[in-house]
Amino acid sequence: MLLRFVSDYTRYVLHGGRMFYAWMGTLALFIAGMLYVFYLQNTDGLIVTGMTSQIHDGLYLANLVFLVGVAAGAVTIVFPAYVYHHEGMHKVTVLGEMLAISAVIMVMFFVFAHMGRPDRLWHMIPPLGIYSFSSMLGWDVLVLNGYLFLNAVVGFYYLYSKYTGRPVNRKFFMPLVYISIVWALSIHTVTAFLLATNPARPMWFHSMMPIRFIVTAFAAGPALIIIAFLIIRRTTKFWIDDSAIKLLSTIVTWCLGIAIFLTLSEVVVELYARTEHANGLYYLMFGLHGLTALMPWFWSALVLMVGAFVLLLIPSFRHDMGKLPIACAMAFAGIWIEKGMGLVVPGFIPTPIGEVTEYHPTFVEWLMTLGIWALGFFILTILLKGAIGILLGEVKAGPARVAGAQ
Amino acid sequence: MTQNVNPPEGPTRGPAAGTAVPPASANPADAVSKPSRRGFLRSSGGMLGLSSLMGTATLMASSADAKAAVEWAEHFQKNYRLMTDAEKAEARARLERRYSQEYGKKVSVDTTGPQPGVLMGYALNIRKCIGCRRCVHACVAENNQSRGTRPGERIEWIQVLRMERGKFTEERMNQGYPEGLGIQVGGNAYTPSGQVLEGQYFYEPEKVPEKDATYMPIACMQCEKPPCVKVCPVRTTYREGDGPVVIDYNWCIGCKMCMNACPYWARRFNLTTPVLPKAEMNPVTHYMGNRPRMRGVVEKCHWCLQRTRHGRYPACVEVCPVGARKFGNLLDPKSEVSMVLARKNVFRLKAELNTFPKFFYFYD
Repeated sequence: MLLRFVSDYTRYVLHGGRMFYAWMGTLALFIAGMLYVFYLQNTDGLIVTGMTSQIHDGLYLANLVFLVGVAAGAVTIVFPAYVYHHEGMHKVTVLGEMLAISAVIMVMFFVFAHMGRPDRLWHMIPPLGIYSFSSMLGWDVLVLNGYLFLNAVVGFYYLYSKYTGRPVNRKFFMPLVYISIVWALSIHTVTAFLLATNPARPMWFHSMMPIRFIVTAFAAGPALIIIAFLIIRRTTKFWIDDSAIKLLSTIVTWCLGIAIFLTLSEVVVELYARTEHANGLYYLMFGLHGLTALMPWFWSALVLMVGAFVLLLIPSFRHDMGKLPIACAMAFAGIWIEKGMGLVVPGFIPTPIGEVTEYHPTFVEWLMTLGIWALGFFILTILLKGAIGILLGEVKAGPARVAGAQ
Repeated sequence: MTQNVNPPEGPTRGPAAGTAVPPASANPADAVSKPSRRGFLRSSGGMLGLSSLMGTATLMASSADAKAAVEWAEHFQKNYRLMTDAEKAEARARLERRYSQEYGKKVSVDTTGPQPGVLMGYALNIRKCIGCRRCVHACVAENNQSRGTRPGERIEWIQVLRMERGKFTEERMNQGYPEGLGIQVGGNAYTPSGQVLEGQYFYEPEKVPEKDATYMPIACMQCEKPPCVKVCPVRTTYREGDGPVVIDYNWCIGCKMCMNACPYWARRFNLTTPVLPKAEMNPVTHYMGNRPRMRGVVEKCHWCLQRTRHGRYPACVEVCPVGARKFGNLLDPKSEVSMVLARKNVFRLKAELNTFPKFFYFYD
């Protein structure tokens, strides 16, 4: 039966219309580019990137941090569905889990991309390697892999049950769901700790980081999910209830509001006293010693986030499914900047000994980043297509099964 | 405190005087590895990883290239601290063979461990430092740092921060903090005197010491509570029994977390294969110390283990023309550094971070 599931699933997701192939082909091109620059990075070294000994992480760590948030954001579907028994959400929970899987895979690729020696990754995996419990990165890898595993099991077990037509075994299923809800919080908390536990980097060294990470994740994650849902409603026969989208847009609105509040709190606290520890933030907002590369990033993030928040506050805008994606895209982009270029990079500027240098991502880094995002969307498309096929009953066990040949 | 503590005749720092300055690239052909098949195998073998074990093994068997085989074996060696004595000896012999072949001279890789009853310590007299940066250059020459010309190819473990001497003048009375807000004028001709974090370490004066500057050399502090060690996910960096924090370069995965954690910016990343001309390579190396590093790993000061484990001074101490640098055994009350701690006023940099450096600053 399992084999039949795998073969039906694979056959269904590999068949599609011209649009499908064009989309996947384009993504594949970027993935090929990504592989090429990965080769460059591992022959020439990270010198092909804009990273230096002063600013030794940039675009890659930025995307990593952001995508952990997107993965954690899937819980905004799972939680209302299973804890509040939200009807509309319950139907689409599995889609959120598929998004989490793709986001975690993207995170792993960004981990490979930022490492100096990805060939030595096995050094941190026992029994051949050493696992260090004192290292936040060790914990991050642990919780991320756990989250990937949980979502894959929960998501595909649910799909398999739908496929066979048998009810899910709640004794097995529900505990995993509850664990995955708490686990989602853990992945982003640990990622925040990864940065925040460095007193050497005053820009990151404050206890607001975990909650700020969580709220920005719960704004950016559902923002992407809303867009994905609206695309699914348009391009497939699968209907996603308005109630689900409306609940998500409420979550986006208020998490975005809290995120803006936290950002402004930081600005006031840091810049009022304006100690040397505020130099990173000051550089981000106004530049230091005439170097201003990050200013446009910060201010555009602020405009995007505040703009999206104001738009989302307007009921007529929020409930209009044609306009809602605009605000969602703004929020998504704003948070991507705020959490990435606006948080990771100024952590390195100035350096602990006060040197102010700038970071300019190279073409290699942009191509790598685009390629990994393309890979993420590639996987997401396949996972969503398969999941929707099963939810619609197009992929189904038994004689009445319709393999996705359309 | 008098201003006139500097030696009357500061040594000049022209090209002639700076004998320790290596030419940026003596022989480019030595520095740039040729894209031979061997080179390809060396640089990409790691990336291919375990998945292509079979294929590469076949390649090696046919090429009978000792160096490639050595490199390949290095990929599978354990964390140094977990190796048995036999494995350590094997790893050492492997490295000596590879380095000797690569640099065309007899290279030794010392594996002497910490000696009992020794805790290394360092003290630096900031009053005496004249900013000549001989320590920086001696360190680069001794410790086989990368010395290329592209940004990121040049690695120095010591920074001598040049700091402005304060100059408060009447003309500047209305400048300075708080700027632009108009809530206070006068009484604050702000000058960044004594601000460590506004120091600069790229300075090329005709003569040192400069009249309007003071100097503050910094490098790895070999902390008693090193934050870098705590964050390492593979425990490749650790504190040795006699004090210095070291790195097993063959085990480092290049995640750079230690660089995030270090409050003294002591760690450097090898963005590319280090540029180390054959002629300038120091063949007396230590496994945990100055042996040539590879692409993609982190490195830093280790107090010249290849010297200090054999009773010698670190290169920076030896080269310092004014005797500002003191090094010795903290457990021996007669050592210079213990004497300094007993008699002088000392401080640790960024003491509030509780890293407890074993690198002390003092002044007469």
